[in-house]
Amino acid sequence: MPVPVRIPTPLRRFTGDRAEVSVTAADLSSLLERLFEECPGLRGQLLGEDRKLRSFVNIYVNDEDVRVQQGLETGVASGDTVVILPAMAGGGACACAP
Amino acid sequence: MLEARPLREPRKCCPDVIGAIGDTPLVELKRLSPKEGVRLFAKLEFYSPTGSVKDRVAKSMMERAEAEGAIQPGQRVIEPTSGNTGISLALICRLKGYPFTAVMPENVTEERTAMLRMHGAEIVYSEGAKGSNGAVEMALDMAEQDPSLYMPYQYGNPANPDAHYYGTAQEIIDDLGDVTAFVAGLGTGGTLMGNGRRLKEHDPGTKIVAAEPLQGEDVQGLRSLDDGFIPPIIDISVLDRKILVSNRDGIIWTRKLFEEEGIFAGVSSGAIASVAVRIANELDEGNVVFLVADDGNKYLSAGLWTKSIDELEAVDSTVWW
Repeated sequence: MPVPVRIPTPLRRFTGDRAEVSVTAADLSSLLERLFEECPGLRGQLLGEDRKLRSFVNIYVNDEDVRVQQGLETGVASGDTVVILPAMAGGGACACAP
Repeated sequence: MLEARPLREPRKCCPDVIGAIGDTPLVELKRLSPKEGVRLFAKLEFYSPTGSVKDRVAKSMMERAEAEGAIQPGQRVIEPTSGNTGISLALICRLKGYPFTAVMPENVTEERTAMLRMHGAEIVYSEGAKGSNGAVEMALDMAEQDPSLYMPYQYGNPANPDAHYYGTAQEIIDDLGDVTAFVAGLGTGGTLMGNGRRLKEHDPGTKIVAAEPLQGEDVQGLRSLDDGFIPPIIDISVLDRKILVSNRDGIIWTRKLFEEEGIFAGVSSGAIASVAVRIANELDEGNVVFLVADDGNKYLSAGLWTKSIDELEAVDSTVWW
């Protein structure tokens, strides 16, 4: 079964504007390869020349950052969610007053 | 006949309000703990002069700057801050005689702006869409252009995690002893790095868990991934888990914290509590401690306490913490 991969706004120009791309794979590394087959422009955005995840990109499997799991070898199963997000500094709230 | 006895241990008077920073209560949450045998604790950092955990950080950074001769009497201090650090620095700088400028995104709650001005801070606004990253960029630029400014730079200053290493974590060890898991929000990284290192020194088995805000669509409006920013003080190897929390869950759990345990906290605390309970659910026994960074007052104008979740418009596009 395919796994939905959530694409962040700055990268949607590489997915034909799709916010979500479904990919079938057993681990993150293969999932990314399949994703790149479909959206070739994403490779350079997500991986460095060393084929490692670029520092300003985070990938979450079931809301858990893979860097604190098994990295690109983190397993992925049917029913999981994958989210790609740009790294952003936090440090306090700025709630817009409605 | 009743015997007179002291109600509490006497403690020394604080030399000033800065001296009252730290030594916050660690409160057990029996209602929110998901199972018997797993104890859940909240460290209430709003018991502090300006009402947030950042009082520790601001005090640590300014005292270190003075001790190292990095700042001159009366020198202007500038800092990129989305609110709490700015308010803490504004108070401490005013009491110590340093003029203070906060650089923050324009889309902050009115309470934060009001409190900053009340403390005598000057405010410079950065582009709202760029969030905290934009404020950091602008402040770094201003400090580079003007050498008369002193910037503590919470994102890269070791005095930030040290405030937790020597303060927060030590208090937890003294009050509780063994910690199975410690959960806090990932912002500058100071809370997690400082507490993480000290708690793991005490017990290498302690799990350090970061709760991270899931930024909504509009907030992700960066031109490219290279606009991203990772605070220099963050060492990811200190973390055992790093978990995303949606704004919606943060809000739901902030209300639970209030309704079930009577803790009136800010949105980050709800988000962190949701992760703490998730971790607690995975354990058979142990102590799970999480940090409540501030209270709920600053979120009143955003309707957090008065509107239904459905009413809160564009929940996902707001930066709540």
